[in-house]
Amino acid sequence: MGFLNREYECMPREELKKLQDERLKDTVRRSYENVECFRKRMDEKGLKPEDIRGVEDLHLLPFSYKQDLRDYYPYGLFAVPMKDVKRVHASSGTTGKRIVVGYTEEDLDMWGECVGRMMASLGVTDEDIVQVSFGYGLFTGGFGLHSGAEKVGAMVIPISSGNTANQIQTMIDFGATVLCCTPSYAMYMGEEVERLGVKDQLKLRIGIFGAEPWSENMRRQIEEKLGIRAYDIYGLSEVLGPGVSCECEAQAGMHVWEDHFIVETINPETGEVLPEGEPGELVFTSLTKQAFPVIRYRTRDICTLINKPCSCGRTHIRMGKPNGRTDDMLIIRGVNVFPSQIEEVLLRVSGDQITPNYQIVVDRVNNVDTFDINVEMSESFFSDDIKSIEKLERNITEQLRSMLGISAKVHLVNPKSIVRSEGKAKRVIDHRAGKI
Amino acid sequence: MIVQQLSVFLENKKGRICAAADVLAQNSINIRALSLADTSEFGILRLIVDRPEEGKQALTDAGIVVRVTKVLALTMNDTPGGTLGVLRLLSESGISVEYMYACVGKTTGKAFMIIQAEDLENAEAILQRNGFEQADLSEL
Repeated sequence: MGFLNREYECMPREELKKLQDERLKDTVRRSYENVECFRKRMDEKGLKPEDIRGVEDLHLLPFSYKQDLRDYYPYGLFAVPMKDVKRVHASSGTTGKRIVVGYTEEDLDMWGECVGRMMASLGVTDEDIVQVSFGYGLFTGGFGLHSGAEKVGAMVIPISSGNTANQIQTMIDFGATVLCCTPSYAMYMGEEVERLGVKDQLKLRIGIFGAEPWSENMRRQIEEKLGIRAYDIYGLSEVLGPGVSCECEAQAGMHVWEDHFIVETINPETGEVLPEGEPGELVFTSLTKQAFPVIRYRTRDICTLINKPCSCGRTHIRMGKPNGRTDDMLIIRGVNVFPSQIEEVLLRVSGDQITPNYQIVVDRVNNVDTFDINVEMSESFFSDDIKSIEKLERNITEQLRSMLGISAKVHLVNPKSIVRSEGKAKRVIDHRAGKI
Repeated sequence: MIVQQLSVFLENKKGRICAAADVLAQNSINIRALSLADTSEFGILRLIVDRPEEGKQALTDAGIVVRVTKVLALTMNDTPGGTLGVLRLLSESGISVEYMYACVGKTTGKAFMIIQAEDLENAEAILQRNGFEQADLSEL
């Protein structure tokens, strides 16, 4: 429908490759000079930046991992002087420590362009009013979509997430034409709109949804309930935030902006690069990022790449919806949750009160994720006193919320009641498959 | 008199009370009185049974968390104002009641009250001094 930067978005692949060659060499050089972690790994492999002559040498480069962000917390992986870092974002890591990423002014501009390209392709212009119902703050969702909307000159309603009644009233009163949030929240709002019977008062025509898995079926339902066309956006803070890849008007996979990122799929066991079209772990290399360049970053998302020309005219490769993880990360209400984080909280609670056994139960009820944690109470802790048990439950609930950033319902259960198989408890029960 | 009560922890799950009752029935333990306290997340089933120690063992063996707790059991007249008499006395004596439950006894005209209070011995002494009969559990 529209282009923000037609020259780059439709660049012939040969030319795109040349651009990637140059930008990759530059990224490797900058990282080698400024990032100790990367330099060490290159040295271990006996590699020098000049050994990388272009994209064909990408497979020689060492991988990088989420763990690196913890090891070098908070600023150890930044490749520019701190005075050039204009913003940080953060998200929860696999345990208590957050992971931090940084952006220079140029990076922020590039981020806005990545999201802006998507908006332009969907026909969002300066006539539009974009309601950003992603959370604003250290989470990249709110600011990411915000900057994309500004890039195409739209008016932004930075409402952030939560308070559904207010969201819908705002949408009606302010005449929002574009809605950005997680797909499950869009579904929930759609249901509220239906219940209130206010669909005809909405001016919405486009929805941009991401940060959690959703299906084609869910897309159709959201489109129907809100009277919009719904599009998928992908990203992760370590690589950029939302906008690493985006659907175009064709709704046929998300374009990875290849002038800014190289994407590979690999065998997560062997690290071997897979031919396009074979599902594997997504690995990203940034080409233009200054403050926080990533080289062969392992996302742990399982996905398939589509390297066929797209009807929209863009030459950039597409990826399907991620359909699995190589680790035990859960995405609950758009938030990344690792069982190890829950374990860490429970280990802080006295052993006289609970056992270390727990079980996470995730489900989707009325299109909203439910998140329950069963915790075994210690035999000796139980007394006849309701208040002390309630206090323990509240204490665990509070600590979990502060660790995870979302609320879980804590249920104390009888000791030894959590089912174990082969002596090991099954930690996660996810009933959402087939409901998304 | 101070008697032993079984306090049973109930997870917020279907069939938990039934499971506890089943264990007691299988061990021929008779429930004399019971009360159920519930919160949104769990419940506590409080029971007066004929053989508390055996009841505790049977429930524990079945993987159910149970505690033996002490409560006051007393007899009062099964007439209007019967409960009030007990409560007024405790209130005027400055004893707060944590929880209580009552049942009608086998003997006509008598009811039983089970009381949990912060200072059980003191509460017992006050009630005795004021002429409240100690419950005969066989009457329950």
